Amino acid sequence: MSAGKTFKLPARRRDIAPLLLVPLLALAALPLIGSFSTWVTLTLAGVAMGMIIFITASGLTLVFGLMDVLNFGHGAFISIGAYAAIVLVPLVSGLMQADSIAANLGALMALIAIAMLVTGVLGYAFERIIVMPVYGQPLKQILVTVGGMIVAEQLIIVIFGPVQLVLPLPTAFRGSLVFGDVAVERYRLIAVAVGLVIFAAMLLVLNRTRLGLLIRAGVENGEMVEALGYHTRRLFVGVFVAGSALAGLGGVMWGFYREALTPRMGMDVMVLAFIVVVIGGLGSVGGCFIGALLVAVTANYAGFLAPKLALGSNILLMALILLWRSRGLYPVTRR
Amino acid sequence: MSDGAPLLSLTGVNTHIGPYHILQGVDLEVRRGGLTMLLGRNGAGKTTTLRTIMGMWHASAGNVRFDDADITAWATPDIARAGIAYVPENMGIFADLTVRENLLLAARSGPIDDARLRWIFGLFPALEKFWPLTAGVLSGGQKQMLSIARAIIEPRKLFLIDEPTKGLAPAIIANIIAAFSELKKSADTTILVVEQNFLFAKSLGDAVAVMDNGRIVHTGAMAELAADRDLQHRLLGLHLDQHQ
Amino acid sequence: MILSGDPPRGRTLALLLTVIFAGLALAPFLFPGMAALNVAAKICYFVVLAASYDLLLGYTGIVSFAHTMFFGIGGYGAGLALYNFGPSWSSIAVGTAAALVLAVALALVIGLLSLRVRAIFFAMITLAVGSAFAILASQLSSFTGGEDGRTFRLPEALRPGFQVLNSPVAVNGRVLTYYLVFFSSLILFLLMLRVVNSPFGRVLQAIRENEFRAEALGYRIVIYRSIANCLAAAAAALAGVLSALWLRYTGPAVTLSFDTMLDILLMVVIGGMGTLYGAVLGATIFVLAETYMQSLMAVVSHASLPLLPRLFDPDRWLLWLGVLFVLSVYFFPFGIVGRLRKRH
Repeated sequence: MSAGKTFKLPARRRDIAPLLLVPLLALAALPLIGSFSTWVTLTLAGVAMGMIIFITASGLTLVFGLMDVLNFGHGAFISIGAYAAIVLVPLVSGLMQADSIAANLGALMALIAIAMLVTGVLGYAFERIIVMPVYGQPLKQILVTVGGMIVAEQLIIVIFGPVQLVLPLPTAFRGSLVFGDVAVERYRLIAVAVGLVIFAAMLLVLNRTRLGLLIRAGVENGEMVEALGYHTRRLFVGVFVAGSALAGLGGVMWGFYREALTPRMGMDVMVLAFIVVVIGGLGSVGGCFIGALLVAVTANYAGFLAPKLALGSNILLMALILLWRSRGLYPVTRR
Repeated sequence: MSDGAPLLSLTGVNTHIGPYHILQGVDLEVRRGGLTMLLGRNGAGKTTTLRTIMGMWHASAGNVRFDDADITAWATPDIARAGIAYVPENMGIFADLTVRENLLLAARSGPIDDARLRWIFGLFPALEKFWPLTAGVLSGGQKQMLSIARAIIEPRKLFLIDEPTKGLAPAIIANIIAAFSELKKSADTTILVVEQNFLFAKSLGDAVAVMDNGRIVHTGAMAELAADRDLQHRLLGLHLDQHQ
Repeated sequence: MILSGDPPRGRTLALLLTVIFAGLALAPFLFPGMAALNVAAKICYFVVLAASYDLLLGYTGIVSFAHTMFFGIGGYGAGLALYNFGPSWSSIAVGTAAALVLAVALALVIGLLSLRVRAIFFAMITLAVGSAFAILASQLSSFTGGEDGRTFRLPEALRPGFQVLNSPVAVNGRVLTYYLVFFSSLILFLLMLRVVNSPFGRVLQAIRENEFRAEALGYRIVIYRSIANCLAAAAAALAGVLSALWLRYTGPAVTLSFDTMLDILLMVVIGGMGTLYGAVLGATIFVLAETYMQSLMAVVSHASLPLLPRLFDPDRWLLWLGVLFVLSVYFFPFGIVGRLRKRH
């Protein structure tokens, strides 16, 4: 087209500061903790837990970013995923008890698939019945989804009873791999792997598919996306269902992480997920990922260094990040 | 494409936003082909009119007909798919998406047509240079170009454009005027533009409609209005060649 | 109503409120026995707590999940003072004062935070802060008594053994404590009614309706919200003091748990947000349901069908209240009070 004068393009502003937070935190903690092997254990535990929290929080951040709907009932899907899995454990017990990683992975995949199916379907029902009538009314949304969560939790107690249920790890997932001084728990490695796969898949969908394009644009300016001819409502329902399914996945992973299920487990994780979403920036999957790692790693370090302050450490973390960037690490530019 | 039924017609359209009664019986007809300017003071209801046509606000009374269909109660995406492209006042650029992705999104039927893209690059060379960058780094004028480019990336029957020159430097405005002239040459293009810049209006407008207090108070040919300073003063409260 | 000129506006509502008031005022004489008096006292301080939450939620439009934190601060303030400094009126005074100071200070900090972030962020953050505070309280066990909390004794005049009258009715320290709780609750409630009907209260409502407009009109939203936060926190803390005095116990499960937070949320929403009278109705219904519905449900639960017993298990009364809560958000946006006043 126009040859001739060279045109200086503005540099692509890459915002890498947040990417450094987790490594910096890990490095800073090393001298405080003292022992290298302990540090590795804690860091790995943090990363594994962070992956699981990321899985559950990612749906939450997209749902909010896309349609300003804050689902306080999100925790219910986490619990439901775990409980759906435990119902199925007897069916795959052969695979779970076999001492082979492949068989165990197969069992895990089966449990995850069922959990995601159940929570996906319930997510659809929840969206249509409970959320849809209160679009655009944030106060009612909060109230109604909290109500949904209360009812869901009570129903779980009705069906499964109020006491803790045990969810033992599959045989080959138990124990640790030992490298010299350092013990690395097998299940934590699996959790990290699963988390990375999910994260990669999400990035792929968001950045390389038209659907992802719609979601990213919708998070920024839903009205304009409609003016371009797309039904954002349907998009939103899809993302809500996906988010609920991911919550279910997270619930299964979390259940195995703790090897126990309680009716309130979803709510407990949800509080952490909320912190993560706030830290990461509403609507940003990348921010959510970093936020989840930060929160989990901080919790683990704090749990070791100053156990009484573990949850408080996350509040402090959130406060610090908000002071630095008041809309989170990677806020999505809005209108 | 003779003068027959107007492409777009609003009849007795009333729009309420909360307790405010913004449009108080708008009657407007836009003929096929050519460019219609919608002028008026601030607060007259021009943007509300466009948004009502586009379905973002629903008329509380009256109806909107487009291409022989009653679109009054349609949802915005359906209205867009009926063939209306909308360029809003704030441009509606997706700042976190690249220029390429912005255009890709607008090209509903699949990949971007190459010839069309060449044409757009011809009108707006900056877009070609900024192609892989996120739209947030573009200047105001370039964002406006991108917004217009999105509207024309595929053939559409009607363009609704809200104050395209607002806040832009004269050189950029000239660029945009050139682009619109080009656009007008394509057959089958009807454009409805809300503007306050009369130079722009005068050079491009075929027909003109003036709004005041939520109603259309004058319609006619642009040439007429441009020639009649008293009429200009009455309708718009000032001499339009001062208002640039 | 007396100080504020905000009448119930609705005959049925006025009737209900009168009945509740009379029932509470004469409880020791109308309903003999400690169990009934317990229920009455609980209603009293929950009315104050729920009303303070309505001040925040219904009048200022702030959604917070950290409100029970202030309730806990009040309870622990009075309770720990009585525990550590002995059962005297001065302990109560010191504990209450300390609790108020802490509550207001925290409310200020949280209030300032709320201005830096969006409303929905704020709700999420308060959820996290509330949880953290509850965990902290149970972990600082040497100071707070941990999970088990602290039991303590009250000043002599408030003890059961202290007999004032033997006839025509038995009036002992417990009854005196009850009336202390009752009259304090009454005064606090009337004060809150006064606040929301003052010019200050009207500005709060204006801010809730349309923030931008209020700001454009020149009201510094920052200041109004902060004051509202502090008032609500102070009232909640005082409710906590009353609960400690009545129960002679303070602990995390009773004051800081998320269940309590949900309880007051339910009370305010079902009763009617933004009315204060809604808090009265909501608290009464809730406490009565909690106490007596369980017996009712126990009857149904012994029926024969398989899942039914567990659905109607007395411990699952929260399930049904949750359903009622969701239904009331949809169909009774102004709660029972709204329904009775026949608003749209």
